[in-house]
Amino acid sequence: MALLTDRPAAAPARRDERAARTLATRFLGYATLVFFGLVFLYPFVIQIGNSLKTEADAAADPLSPFPDPLTLASFERVFAGTNFPLWLGNSLLVTVLVTIGRVFFDSLAGYALARLRFRGRNGLFAAVVAVLAVPGVVLLIPKFLVLNQLGIYNSYAGLVVPLLADAAGVFIMKQFFESIPVSVEEAARIDGASIFRTFWSVVLPMAKPALITLTILSFQSSWNEFPHSLVSVQDPDLFTLPRGLADLVSGSLGSGTQYPLKLGAALLATIPVAIIFVVFQRYFVRDANDGSDKG
Amino acid sequence: MATETLTAAATAPGASPRRRRGGTRSNENLAGWLFVAPVIAILGLFLLLPILMAFWVSLTDWNGQGSPFTGDVPFVGAHNYTRLFTEDGLARRDFMTSIRNNIYYVAIVVPAQTALALGLALVVNNRMLKGKSFFRSAFYFPSVTSSVAISVVFLFLFANSGAVNALLGFFGIDGPEWFADSRGVLHLLFGVVGVDSPPAALTGGGPLGLSWWDWLAGPSVAMISIITLVVWTTSGTFMLMFLAGLQNVPVALDEASTLDGASRWQRFRHVTLPLLRPTTFLVLTLGTIGSWQVFDQVYVMSQGDPAKTTLTPAYLSYRTAFRDFDYGSGAAISFVLFLIIIVLTLIQRRVLAERDTDRPRRGWWRRRVPERS
Repeated sequence: MALLTDRPAAAPARRDERAARTLATRFLGYATLVFFGLVFLYPFVIQIGNSLKTEADAAADPLSPFPDPLTLASFERVFAGTNFPLWLGNSLLVTVLVTIGRVFFDSLAGYALARLRFRGRNGLFAAVVAVLAVPGVVLLIPKFLVLNQLGIYNSYAGLVVPLLADAAGVFIMKQFFESIPVSVEEAARIDGASIFRTFWSVVLPMAKPALITLTILSFQSSWNEFPHSLVSVQDPDLFTLPRGLADLVSGSLGSGTQYPLKLGAALLATIPVAIIFVVFQRYFVRDANDGSDKG
Repeated sequence: MATETLTAAATAPGASPRRRRGGTRSNENLAGWLFVAPVIAILGLFLLLPILMAFWVSLTDWNGQGSPFTGDVPFVGAHNYTRLFTEDGLARRDFMTSIRNNIYYVAIVVPAQTALALGLALVVNNRMLKGKSFFRSAFYFPSVTSSVAISVVFLFLFANSGAVNALLGFFGIDGPEWFADSRGVLHLLFGVVGVDSPPAALTGGGPLGLSWWDWLAGPSVAMISIITLVVWTTSGTFMLMFLAGLQNVPVALDEASTLDGASRWQRFRHVTLPLLRPTTFLVLTLGTIGSWQVFDQVYVMSQGDPAKTTLTPAYLSYRTAFRDFDYGSGAAISFVLFLIIIVLTLIQRRVLAERDTDRPRRGWWRRRVPERS
């Protein structure tokens, strides 16, 4: 800034030219923003619009966001003609249990790895970092094998238990606990509080931002989780939303393409995450940036 | 109950300060292991153990009946692996087709999402524009939605009478039947320059069971729609990484180079881009690693069809095991894919570690603090 004010006043002609250039830049910038805003949001607009159309209308004019005539028939069919309510219930159950499990277990482990001195700690942390690199898709057959062997294939236990902890969450919590000053805990410990008590009533309250991040992350990933449900259950009564949705798309629905129905069901499955995203945006953004350090 | 024992031990009366300190140490040892026990149990039981089990299965001919860990299951050694690489047959042809498809997929997705993410980050980072946080969220939103739900939307967009073809119709272009079109894009390009049928030199035996002409097909039209979906969903995430990287470009440096008369392109080319190199490397490698794992979209949108042109190793391993009940072969494909991804990850971590020795490694949390000030 200092540089700018120290300079001698530019000749009027040059200033005009600069102003014109700034204006052009701005216009171009906004044009780009609006264009890509449309690219990224219009598919959702189309989704909403077409879920309220009749099938004939959706096929005739897929680009238009305005239903003509407007009908809730597809949503009625989602609830009455598919297992959607069941999938919704299963998804809620899985998401709540997995989120609670991850937040609790990941912070316990993260705290131990950050603060407690115990034999094997470094090795364990190295193992957590190694596990981070294991790609989920190569675990499809392995997971099925172990669930089958343990006798919990095709059960709620098989759907939930394997997801109750994740390496990424442990990593996030460890990094956070290392960043908060150790003095408060030491004071609590000198006052005679046990390790668990110190963790539970002194450290965790300080970790609120990280806990919120982890909660949102766990909610989002378990709500959207698809491959795991594919290899852990087979019984349609145990389908979660993404699984049911995939089944709806590939399965036989009777006649026609049924796009309004499919789009409506997909829309309903998206809404909870959309709400969380709008409310807790800054935590999402923070989380995505963290990827840059996870390596 | 763990709490009670720990409390009791830590607050036991009459302990001398010295003994108490020693007690705390051994308490920490016990507490440490108790704290990590649930995570070890879950990750061990559902991640490490299954990998070992799957490795065993990849050496057998298990068909899904009964337990794979009994003497009844035929042990075939490395046969499931050699079938993928050295024996001519359907298994190798499918596997190599999936590898080809994924290579083309990576070759388009990674540069496209990186360039788009960088472009979006530069626009969103522009100091002269208002309302940027809205657009930043808009660009990022697709990344947080369910891959299955989004695939359903794109199935509709790319349907024969869908939005994309309607849009192309505005420009007088007759859109293809996206998900039924197995023609390779490179083959179509060859067609434009007059090479409609494969030259005899290319139809003969190419490497690994596919002819040269097949290797040179390029991604199919159907694959292009999946590529579009993936670039659209992932760019937002990588845009955020570039935005974080742009925080490291000092404003003063940018202004100084402006005063020196550098054009916008020169500033981007010689100031911004070099400073973004670490981020770019990260985005490229994370993108490559992620692109080898494409599964959900293939499952929902195309199931490997048409003519196997959207088959990827991840989906092929699933299909081989759960649809053809050839678990040994499916597991073997998983392990080859695992190897590809692990090699990529190791290269990435090696390079990142080398760079980190130059500057002290900081945690993700602490790193935010100086940025805010």
